[in-house]
Amino acid sequence: MEYKKAHVVSVNEIAPSIYDMLLKAPTISAQAKPGQFICLYSNDSAHLLPRPISICEVFGEHVRLVFRIAGYGTRELSAKKTGDEVTVLGPIGNGYPEIPKDKTVTVVGGGIGIPPMLYLARKLYENGNELNIVLGYRDAGLFLKDAFAGYGKIFVATDDGSVGFHGNVVGLIEAEKLPVETVCACGPMPMLKGLSAYTEANGGTAFISLEERMACGIGACLGCITKTKETDGHSHVRNARICTEGPVFDSKVLDFTGGKR
Amino acid sequence: MNTSVNLAGVTLKNPVLTASGTFGSGMEFSRFVDLNKLGGVVTKGVSVVPWEGNATPRVAETASGMLNAIGLQNPGIDVFLSRDLPFLKPFNTAKIVNVCGHTEEEYLGAVERLNDSIADILEINISCPNVKAGGITFGTDPVMVEKITKAIKNISRKPVFMKLSPNVTDITEIARAAEAGGADGISLINTLMGMKIDIQRRKCLLANKTGGLSGPAIKPVAVRMVYQVSKCVSVPLIGMGGIASAEDAIEFMMAGATAVSVGTANFRNPRVTEEIVSGIETFMRENHIDDIREIIGCVE
Ligand SMILES: Cc1cc2nc3c(=O)[nH]c(=O)nc-3n(C[C@H](O)[C@H](O)[C@H](O)COP(=O)(O)OP(=O)(O)OC[C@H]3O[C@@H](n4cnc5c(N)ncnc54)[C@H](O)[C@@H]3O)c2cc1C
Ligand SMILES: Cc1cc2nc3c(=O)[nH]c(=O)nc-3n(C[C@H](O)[C@H](O)[C@H](O)COP(=O)(O)O)c2cc1C
Ligand code: FES
Repeated sequence: MEYKKAHVVSVNEIAPSIYDMLLKAPTISAQAKPGQFICLYSNDSAHLLPRPISICEVFGEHVRLVFRIAGYGTRELSAKKTGDEVTVLGPIGNGYPEIPKDKTVTVVGGGIGIPPMLYLARKLYENGNELNIVLGYRDAGLFLKDAFAGYGKIFVATDDGSVGFHGNVVGLIEAEKLPVETVCACGPMPMLKGLSAYTEANGGTAFISLEERMACGIGACLGCITKTKETDGHSHVRNARICTEGPVFDSKVLDFTGGKR
Repeated sequence: MNTSVNLAGVTLKNPVLTASGTFGSGMEFSRFVDLNKLGGVVTKGVSVVPWEGNATPRVAETASGMLNAIGLQNPGIDVFLSRDLPFLKPFNTAKIVNVCGHTEEEYLGAVERLNDSIADILEINISCPNVKAGGITFGTDPVMVEKITKAIKNISRKPVFMKLSPNVTDITEIARAAEAGGADGISLINTLMGMKIDIQRRKCLLANKTGGLSGPAIKPVAVRMVYQVSKCVSVPLIGMGGIASAEDAIEFMMAGATAVSVGTANFRNPRVTEEIVSGIETFMRENHIDDIREIIGCVE
């Protein structure tokens, strides 16, 4: 993990409000594992907290990020030009676990949770795993879909039914009877909850990537916790840090009731 | 050039400390900062039993600041004594342990356990809700502040700094109460109570609804409180609230702080504490200051 200035190589809008950014960050690209993320800092010190963004892909010395404009920080990033500098911290977090190559993996991305699944899908493909890739979108703006070509069988679900399966990714997985022995996913919380419940009910294991507001990004402030069923080894209470023990968790360890059991 | 200062008998190699709760016990930041270069590490608030803290979201950004409602999550004094203090032991830096509690007995329980530890100083966070007094914070009532300070001083074999809440009408009244109770020093300020509303969802952004405001936004309030308190007590002060640069640290010292704690700024730059240490040296060189102690409380 390093805290450093990185150079912007390119920024492109690939769908309405969705941007594709390439950074030159050699240490991060050399260390990055699928499912890890980096923190980016605003140039304006009035916006002092880091913006966590998943690593979408790495190529040589470059790190690719794909993000949606959600507020000040992501808007500032979207306006960067080639050669600009941006301060980054990373790579951060545990990333997805290594999966034996004889296992078929169902890789699931929902909305702005799709980007990190690209690097994961490539790594699993290179590892020799057979993949079913399930991508859930709002509408026909199928950003990044074509980048998955060749890594496995691709399935698309859209909320508005304009392309592919009309409905959510869990509905698609059920309809297509896709295997859920091993599932890796990132997306909105309702999707992750539904997918975890379906996977667990069918005897499988779901590795899901969680989101939370962060302050330090390195495990010191305890801002980014998620509730766990058992006492966590670091915190000694039923809270794990998403930035350090996560962002990827086996859904079985999580307490989705938020501790209000 | 002398950068060392004295806090109630404890010599710090320089006045730069970390603010409790923003730096853990230094473990995570030690990959970015050489802890040996800091005057001291002030650890995250520890209580006699583990605390789970609040629901999330626990943090929110605000203009030049942030709100937090971590809820004093901590692993409890047993883990702290067997894991965190041993981690800090080899570092040549002061170890200042921040303590929290819901009742007087809880504070005393933790303080007693720290008597035989390597802690150099205890910093007592009295901004915790007092369950026995219906959830009002200890630190807002001078009578309660004097009483709890006395009780802690009675059993503590370490110097005791009382950490004040700024959410009071007259900070000097609370500071005098801590001094009357026998405090060896005073830390200020803790966070200012605030709120942020998500206008799309028509809901508070923090799960706890309210949270503590910190960062550069609170610095002028903190400088003013350090100044006022320094004029009315004679014990040393640890000043904090929005310090992000050597210039900020010097401002607090001129207002009357003997040492300073750096909190929220660590989140924007994990190396900031070390940079502030060297920035203070540069300032001293450029301004022909031979001894940092010259500037403590130099503002009339
Ligand atoms: C581990 C992780 C990976 C992520 N990966 C991606 C990604 O690959 N692509 C992408 O588009 N988005 C991703 N996000 C969400 C992204 O962090 C937020 O959209 C972004 O921080 C919003 O910042 P802003 O300044 O534009 O919005 P503002 O609303 O102005 O931000 C205000 C504050 O809230 C925080 N914040 C707001 N929304 C979120 C959120 N959803 N999660 C965490 N913090 C938030 C910001 O970091 C900032 O501190 C990820 C979040 C996490 C936790
Ligand atoms: C995330 C966070 C956690 C904190 N936890 C504690 C704590 O456990 N005990 C305490 O006395 N103060 C705690 N504080 C308050 C700080 O120590 C400090 O008093 C305050 O943030 C002002 O300084 P700053 O503006 O430099 O952050 C916390 C502050 C933040 C931002
Ligand atoms: S963001 Fe500080 S602990 Fe995760």
